[in-house]
Amino acid sequence: MTAIAHPLGPALVTDFQRRKVKAIAIPLTVLLYLVFTFFAFDVPHLFAKARLDNAAILASDFWSYKTHVTRDNRTGKVSAAVEGETRGAYPAGKLPDWVTQTGDTTAIDLGQGHLVTYDISGARYIVPGYGTIDIRPKDGNLDVTAPAPMPDWINASPSRVSVTTDAGRFAYTRAKVETFRYFAGWELFFFTLDSPFGWKTWPELVALALWGDRIDPARSNIAGMAQDFWHNPMWHHADVAGAIFETLLMAFLGTIGGALIAFPLAFLAARNMNSLSPLRFLLRRVFDFTRGVDGLIWTIILSRAFGPGPMTGALAILITDAGAFGKSFSEALENIDEKQVEGIRSTGANTLQRARFGVLPQTVPVILSQVLYFLESNTRSATVIGAIVGGGIGLLLTQAIQTQKDWEEVAYYITLIILMVMAMDTLSGWLRRKLIKGA
Amino acid sequence: MVDIAFGPSPGNRPDPSAPGAAYLAMQRRKRLYGGVIALVFVLLLAAGFDSAEDRNAGGFLSGLAQLDDFPREVLAEAWAKRANLPALMWASLPSLLETVNIAAVSTLVGSLAACLLSLLATRGLARWPRLTPVFRRALDAMRAIPEVVIALILIYVLGSGPIPAMVAIALHTTGAMGKLFSEVAENADLKPVEGLASVGANWSQRMWLGVIPQVAPNWLSYALLRFEINVRASAILGFVGAGGIGYDLKIAMQWGGGRYDTVVAIFLVLFATIVVIDQFSDRLRHRLVKGATP
Repeated sequence: MTAIAHPLGPALVTDFQRRKVKAIAIPLTVLLYLVFTFFAFDVPHLFAKARLDNAAILASDFWSYKTHVTRDNRTGKVSAAVEGETRGAYPAGKLPDWVTQTGDTTAIDLGQGHLVTYDISGARYIVPGYGTIDIRPKDGNLDVTAPAPMPDWINASPSRVSVTTDAGRFAYTRAKVETFRYFAGWELFFFTLDSPFGWKTWPELVALALWGDRIDPARSNIAGMAQDFWHNPMWHHADVAGAIFETLLMAFLGTIGGALIAFPLAFLAARNMNSLSPLRFLLRRVFDFTRGVDGLIWTIILSRAFGPGPMTGALAILITDAGAFGKSFSEALENIDEKQVEGIRSTGANTLQRARFGVLPQTVPVILSQVLYFLESNTRSATVIGAIVGGGIGLLLTQAIQTQKDWEEVAYYITLIILMVMAMDTLSGWLRRKLIKGA
Repeated sequence: MVDIAFGPSPGNRPDPSAPGAAYLAMQRRKRLYGGVIALVFVLLLAAGFDSAEDRNAGGFLSGLAQLDDFPREVLAEAWAKRANLPALMWASLPSLLETVNIAAVSTLVGSLAACLLSLLATRGLARWPRLTPVFRRALDAMRAIPEVVIALILIYVLGSGPIPAMVAIALHTTGAMGKLFSEVAENADLKPVEGLASVGANWSQRMWLGVIPQVAPNWLSYALLRFEINVRASAILGFVGAGGIGYDLKIAMQWGGGRYDTVVAIFLVLFATIVVIDQFSDRLRHRLVKGATP
């Protein structure tokens, strides 16, 4: 083996060595940076302060709900309510079919053989494969009898006994005894219990809608169903639809308004359209400014003047986008083919006619495709801006997350947002293909 | 047959003696359609404006009059306390650094994930060609979820801090970059890949040596553009509680009068950072795509 005896040999070797060093140095720098941020962001202590119980609540609430069966130990009154909310309460004298009441005894069937009984002497929970947990209040304290050794899913103290199993949860305090049974799905999504349709199964509902007798003589069944669904007091479908509309409105008004303002200004900022260079320079800096001052800052300033609402959000999007559009439109104008303009000029066309027939046909596809792209991405921004400025689905979502209670509503809003963004994505893609043939 | 050869029924045939008439009729029709579409569009805009005005707390015209009230108040106070500004700007640097770090890490992590996912989602390059639709839909879903949603949920679970924002932005970046990367990779020349395959290279070697060198400049340019966007996003997420300079800004804003000098200091620092990054990435991208200037 002899060394390379070519005049380029040494240069090649050093070049290769430089490349080798680069190939190692760049990933190493990236890695070092990631290690640095790992500690700067305090990742090691992240899991120490993470609330995994919160995550568990969130995950189970996303796809399931619970029904509370409660007895007030002072009055002896038994009531049932979905999620324990008044809006989901069963009407007096009516209980779910897995709860049976005979005299002072209430039997609750949790499924899988789990059985809870409330009676005068206290309450009993029969857990299959374990035995019976018997609770009796005595002199203000709770007396628990359960097969020893007591497992850790039973938490017993003189003032409170709680039992958590796969089938449900059970809690006994001096004031009341409560049993929770879990069900899959989102509770009362279509009709609440105070609606006459809340008690029906799907086939019954279809039958009622198509040929059944009117439940409420004042309105037809279909109208009644639509009304009860639309004004569902638990899910507020009408308000949610309004919020989605507000978000889309912000995106639409902001994008189109921004484009309409930027379009004439772009002509003044393009080198080949306007020979006044100071004006051009000024306009470019204005575009840079509205673009560079972040949407966040515009949102804050505008919400002080216009108050919370979709108009403020739309204006914030409009101002930011006017800058972005101004820049890209003027670049598109500078990139046109001058030959077509010359051709139009040769027929004796004036400036306006040259712009209309020489410039516009070349730039409209570019401009349109940009506007549609922004429209789609602004639907997402409008969600975020809505959260800050107080309008649209973004506000509903942040409120639902901050109250930390109705996670099923959070799941509902997230689903709607994703569907909305995907729909806008599809729509803008379809329009782009329709309007700009061959692009 | 006669109809096909000589046009439609005799009555509807364009008059051959006036060839311009048909053209003018077509022009008129086009103009009419264009006019109708423009009218519908203007009505839509007006109706949208009207209903946005309706749903807003303050009106548009009344708001327009007080548009400069708040900036004037803020600037007046900041001017009165202008001696504080340099110190306040200096004091906001750590949180600015956090915001930029969030953006940088999420761009890095998101782009790296996007590299892999985009190759898996590109027809002709995918490791498992049957799974390309799955990866495509996964990228779509990541792109569709707004950052604020993931950030808020993670803040609930992990507590406020930079990590929720980082994860949220990284996920979105993966989705957005994945799509763009895959569009670039689709146009890559397949000959090097075939060459590598013929000498027995496995999939990762074919991608690393055959595809990545072709697409790297474009990918890097997209990643830089994304970094710019992510700095803004991370400032906004700070505003909803994810740390960084956005959070400081929110606190100072909520304090209201008396701390407007802090607000202005943060505005200035944020604006300067965005402009600097904008310029820097513009230059770098230009160099990447057009080649180094000698």
